[in-house]
Amino acid sequence: MSLETPSPLAPYPRHGSNSGQPLSRRDGELKVTGKATYAADNTPAGLLYAVTAVSSIARGRVTALDVAAAKAHPGVVEVLTPANRPPLAHDPNVKLGLFGFRIEVLQDDSVRYVNQPIALVVAETLEAAIEGAVLLAPRYEVEPARTGLGNGDRYAPAGVGVGAPPRTAFGDLDAGYAAADQIIQADFETPAQFHNAMEPHAVVAQWDGDHLTLDMPNQALVMSRDAYAVYFDVPPENVLIRSPFLGGGFGSKAILNGPQILAILAARHLKRPVKLALSRAQMYGPVGHRGRTWQRLRLGVDGAGHLTALHHHSIAATSSFEDFLEPAANASLHAYASPAILSETEGLRLDIGTPGPMRAPGEASGSAALEAAIDEAAEACGMDPLDFRLANYAETEPGSGRPYSSKSLRECYAQGAERFGWAGRPLQPRQMRDENGLLVGWGVGTALFPCPHFPAEARATLRADGTALVETAGVDMGQGAWTALAQIAAEALGLDPDLVEFRSGVSDLPDAGVAGGSGHTASAGLALHNAGEDAIARLAELAGADPASPLFGVGNVGVVARSGRLHRRDDEARSESYADILARTGHSTVVGRGRMARDEKAAQTWAMYSHGAVFAEVKVDPDLGVVRATRLVGAFAAGRIVNPKLVRSQYYGGMIWGLSFALHEAAIADRRTGRIMNADLADYQVPVNADVPSVEAILVEEEDRYVNPLGVKGVGEIGITGTVGAIANAIWHATGVRVRRFPIHIEDLLSDRA
Amino acid sequence: MSLSLSLNINGQPRTINIDDPRITLLDLLRERLALTGAKKGCDRGQCGACTVLVDGRRINSCLALAVSLDGAEITTIEGLADGAQLHPVQVAFIEYDGFQCGFCTPGQIMSAVGLLAEGHAGADPERVRELMSGNLCRCGAYRGITEAVLDAQRVLAATAREDAA
Amino acid sequence: MNRFDYIRPATAAEAIAAAALPGSAYLAGGTNLLDLMKVGAARPERLIDISRLPGLDSIDWLADGTLRIGALVRNADLAYDARVQRSFPALAEALLSGASPQLRNAATVGGNLMQRTRCPYFYDMASACNRRAPGSGCDARLGETRLHAILGWSEHCIATHPSDLCVPLAALDAVVEVDGPNGLREVPLEALHRLPGDTPQTETVLRPGELITAVRVPTEGVALARHARYLKVRERTSFAFAVVSVAAGLELGGTNIRKARLALGGVAAKPWRALAAEAALEGGLASEEAFARAADLALAEARPSGENDFKIELARRLVVRALRDALTGTPADLPALPASPFAPPSGARHVA
Repeated sequence: MSLETPSPLAPYPRHGSNSGQPLSRRDGELKVTGKATYAADNTPAGLLYAVTAVSSIARGRVTALDVAAAKAHPGVVEVLTPANRPPLAHDPNVKLGLFGFRIEVLQDDSVRYVNQPIALVVAETLEAAIEGAVLLAPRYEVEPARTGLGNGDRYAPAGVGVGAPPRTAFGDLDAGYAAADQIIQADFETPAQFHNAMEPHAVVAQWDGDHLTLDMPNQALVMSRDAYAVYFDVPPENVLIRSPFLGGGFGSKAILNGPQILAILAARHLKRPVKLALSRAQMYGPVGHRGRTWQRLRLGVDGAGHLTALHHHSIAATSSFEDFLEPAANASLHAYASPAILSETEGLRLDIGTPGPMRAPGEASGSAALEAAIDEAAEACGMDPLDFRLANYAETEPGSGRPYSSKSLRECYAQGAERFGWAGRPLQPRQMRDENGLLVGWGVGTALFPCPHFPAEARATLRADGTALVETAGVDMGQGAWTALAQIAAEALGLDPDLVEFRSGVSDLPDAGVAGGSGHTASAGLALHNAGEDAIARLAELAGADPASPLFGVGNVGVVARSGRLHRRDDEARSESYADILARTGHSTVVGRGRMARDEKAAQTWAMYSHGAVFAEVKVDPDLGVVRATRLVGAFAAGRIVNPKLVRSQYYGGMIWGLSFALHEAAIADRRTGRIMNADLADYQVPVNADVPSVEAILVEEEDRYVNPLGVKGVGEIGITGTVGAIANAIWHATGVRVRRFPIHIEDLLSDRA
Repeated sequence: MSLSLSLNINGQPRTINIDDPRITLLDLLRERLALTGAKKGCDRGQCGACTVLVDGRRINSCLALAVSLDGAEITTIEGLADGAQLHPVQVAFIEYDGFQCGFCTPGQIMSAVGLLAEGHAGADPERVRELMSGNLCRCGAYRGITEAVLDAQRVLAATAREDAA
Repeated sequence: MNRFDYIRPATAAEAIAAAALPGSAYLAGGTNLLDLMKVGAARPERLIDISRLPGLDSIDWLADGTLRIGALVRNADLAYDARVQRSFPALAEALLSGASPQLRNAATVGGNLMQRTRCPYFYDMASACNRRAPGSGCDARLGETRLHAILGWSEHCIATHPSDLCVPLAALDAVVEVDGPNGLREVPLEALHRLPGDTPQTETVLRPGELITAVRVPTEGVALARHARYLKVRERTSFAFAVVSVAAGLELGGTNIRKARLALGGVAAKPWRALAAEAALEGGLASEEAFARAADLALAEARPSGENDFKIELARRLVVRALRDALTGTPADLPALPASPFAPPSGARHVA
C-alpha cells in the first residue's frame, strides 16, 4: 500500500468499533492526580529562573535600565538587554514561515507595544528574578501611541488571516441591491480578546552542547522545532520539544514568541537550565490576541425574505510591524445563499502586540456580526429568524456553487429547535417574562466552520506480544488527542485501545502538523489510520506468504483486522492472531507508516464544512440591564464522531467561548497610552461556573464520504460561531434593544422602560 | 534571613528551611518541594488553579506566604488519593469529563473537596456552580465539573451511610 | 516583590510596637496585601504577621445582643455563622457575594475593611495615581472610567472602595475598635474611610501603627432582620467586584416604615450611607413612590467622574430594587446566588 494513496471512499468500518465510543480520557488519571506534567512543572537540577522586564509604553525607545540595581539584588545572576544580548542566527524582524511572526528579542531599544520584553533577568530564585526585573526601572522616550480607529494607520492588506485574500466577490452586488425590497445596514465592533489559556506561556530550556531540550506548551511541535533550530543555528534533530500536555492553547501556542526565545538564549549563555513562565499580565502583548474589528454588514432582501446581496466590510487592527488581520468579513462568504456576496478587509496599524489566530479566527468575530445582522434582516422581513435562515439555506456553496461533501444543517436547526422548544416563540421582542418578572428572550445563530487539513505523519508498530505502539507528534491541549487519536489508531489496527500504546507530544516523533484550525483529529488521525492500515497490510503480506498460515495466499482477497486477528475477507472463519503471525514468521515487529493523504480532487470538488445551530435563552433584568444566558442548546453536525464524550466537551467549551464573547471578555486599553488596564483575570472577565447554568450539545448524525477517508470534520472551534449571535439576538428578543458592540454591557440595556 | 518551618504536607511532617520570606505557599510547593500539582494560573487569587487545603480549608496558595503558615496542615492534589484508590471527586471528574486541558483541574478538585467539606451546597447545582466560581476553566468544562461535584457528593454520602451502618 | 523583614509578634501590644517603625504593614489574610506587593503597589519593608494574635478571631454576642466580630475572623466563618445569618442577614449575603470561597476562607474582617481600591490606575505602576504616589496626578480621571466613582470623588482621585461587607456594616452603624500606640479607641465604620479630597493617599482615619481589633454591630440592627437585602450588580454572575451594590434594611410598623437603613457600594471611596434617603423613608408608607424618592435622594449628589453616568441611573434603580426586595422580606435561606438580581425574590419567609 502506497503511503500517498488515500483509503477508499467507503463508509468507515464499524465492526468491533473502538472509534465512536465515549471513552473517558486516557490521560484522565494523570490530570486528576496532579501527575500530568506541564512545561513549568519541570525543575531540572541547577535551574535558573528567568523573568522578562516589559515595556509600559506602546511606542518609543528605552533610554535607560538600571542594570546595576537589578544585578545587586541577591540572587540575580544576569541581565540581558539589547546591549549585551548574545546573537541569534535568525533576524527576528524577518518572517520565518507561516507562523514565524516578526518578534521582539532585544534586537534593539525600540518599543512597539505595551508588555514587549525589554530585558531578561535571570536569577537563582523566582523571587529574585521577579524583583530584579522591577529594579530595572526603565526610562523611555515616548512617542504618541496609536490606539484606535481615530489615530491608527489604515492600509490595504495583501492578505487576511493565514493567507486568505482581503477581498472576495461573488456575483453582482449592485444588481443585488437593485433587486432588493429592503436594505439592512448595521455596524458592529468587536474588541481585542486574549486567549488567556489557564497555563501561561512557559519554557524550561536545557542545552547539552549543541543539543537543546525544551519543555514548552506547543501546538505545532515539529514546525516549532525547525524554527528554533534556525534561530539557534543547530540541526533540527538536535532540538527536542516535549509538550505532553498544554494547559490550553486556543491558537496562542502555535507561534514562536520573544520571551521563550530569550529564555533559551539565556540557558545557552549561562550554561544552565532556565525556566521562564510569563505572568498573567505579560500575556497581554507578546503572545497574540484576537484583534479588534469594526464591521459593516449591508444586506439586501427581497419581498420573500431572500437575500439578494450581502456585503461584509471589516477594518481589522494589527501591529505596526506585522500583519495578522482577523478575517472577520470572510465569515459571510459561505454561510447563506445570496446571488451576490462581497467580503472586504482593511488593515489598521496600531501600537499593539501582533494579533494572531484565536479560537475560530475570523469565524467568531465575523459570524457574531453576520448572525446579528441576519436577525435584523429577519425582523425587517417580519419573519421568524429560524425561518429566515431556512429561506436562505445554501444548498450549494455560495459563490462557487460546489456541492457540499455533507451538510446536515437542516437537521441541526430541526433537532436544536425541538430540544430548545423554539416553536411558539413570539415574533416581537419583549413578549416573555419569567415567574420573577425577568425579561426572557430566545435567539438563534448558525454555526459554521471549514475543514482544513494539515500535513501529518504517523508510525504504527505491531509488536510480538500482540500489542501495538503508535506514534505521532500530536498535541493535546484539552481537546482529547491522547484519547481520540489512540481510538482511531486502535480501530485501524483492529485492536482494543487498551492494547495500543500511544506516543505523542514530543517533537522527535513523526510530524503530526499543527493542532489548530479544528483539523488535528482529521489530519493526525488520518496519518495514524493510514499507518495502522499499512501495518496491517504488511502483516497480511507476511501471513499470505506463509504456507503455514490459515491466511496463506490471501493476496488480493484482503483481510479484516479485528480483535488482534486477521480474518480472510471472504471467509472470516479463517484467521490468525497478530502475535502468531509475527512469531511464526520470525518478526519481532511490523512497522507501518502513514501520512495525512487527502484526495485533492475530492477537496476541490466538494465544499467541506462543519455545521451547527445554536439556540440561546437569556434573562435580562428589566431595570438593571444585567444578563444571564440561562440556556444554550447547540446542535452540530461534523461528520463522524470519534468520541462523543470528548466532542460534547469541545462544543460546550466553544459555546462558553461564544457566551464570553457576547457578554464578557474585552481588553480595555487606555486610549492615551495603549496600556491594557485589565491585563489580569479579575477585570478581563471570562465566564465563571455560575455563568453557565445550562449548556447542551446535540451530536447530529452525519456521514461524510468525501471530506476524508475517516469522515471526520472539525469540532474545536465551531461552537463559538453561532453562539455569539444567538445570545445577542436573544437579548434583542428579550429587550427590543439591538446592541452591536461586543461585549454587551449593562449600560447598553439600561432602557427607560421597565 | 533563614526561616525554619514545620509543615505537615499530605500527612508527612516536614521541616523546611527557607531563606526568603517572599516565598508563597504555591512557589514553595512547586519550585522547592516538587509538588507541582497546584498550578500558577494568575498568581493573584483570580483563577483558583493554585487551590490547596490549609488546615482543611481551601485557599489560594498563591496569596499565602509560606512563612506565615508555620505549623499548618497542607493537603495538595498529590495527597488526595488513598494510594492507588482515587478520591471520589477525582473519579467523578474523569467520569463526567470535568476538564479538558487539565491545567485548572488540581485546583478545581481541591476546591470541590473543600466545598464538600464546607457542606453549604447540598444537592443544589446552582449552589455548586456559585461555590465553584472561584475556579476559572478557560476550556469551559463547567458542566462536567458541576456534575462531578454533585456525583462525588452522592458517592461520599453513600459511603458515609455504609460506614455508619 | 521587594525583600522585607517578617515579624510574628505574640501579642497585640508587641505588634503595635513593631509597627511604630515606618515602612511597616500588618499582614493578616494577605489576600489583598500580597496582591498589592506582587504588582508593586505596596512595598513594605516589614511585615508584621498578626494572623495568630490571640483573642482576635472570635465572634461574640454581647449581653444586649450586639455582635462583636474579632478582626481576624475569616469572612467565610462570619458569613456562615447561624446567628449572624439570622440577626444580620444582609451582612452574610454581602460577604458571600464577595470574592470566591477560597478568598473568603483566607480574608479577614479587619483586612476587608482595610482593603485598597481596585482602580486599575492604582494597580498600574506606570500610571500617575495620587492615592499610591501622592502628588503624581490621577491618570484615571480622563482614562477608562466606566466603573469609577459617582459620589464623593475629587479631581485628585475617582477611585471606589471595593468592599461588600462594609456596605451593610455602614448601614448597620457598625463601630470599629482600634488599638494603637495611644491606646484603644473607637471609630464609627462610616467614618473609617475618607473621601479623597486633595489627600487621597490618606485612605482611612487610622493613625500609623493603629490596628483594628474588632467590629461591633449594634443590636438595633437586628430589628431589620426580617426585611434586609444586599444586592450587587456585577458583570458576571459571580467572582466579580460590584459595579454598584446596595444594602437595604427596613423595620416596619404596619404598612409604615419605622426605621430604614440604606448604603451603597461601588460608588465612592467609602461605603456610602444614604442618611437623607433613610430619613425620608422613616415614618412614611412603604411604597414604590417612597422608594423612588429615597433613590433620588441617595443619588442627589451623584455626578459622573467619566464615562460612567450609567452608574448613577443604575444605582438609583438598584436602590429601589433593594428596598422593594427588603419590603418583600428577607429570604428564609441565603439565595443560591447571593446578592444577585438573578436570585429569585424571596417572599417573607425569614424566621428571625
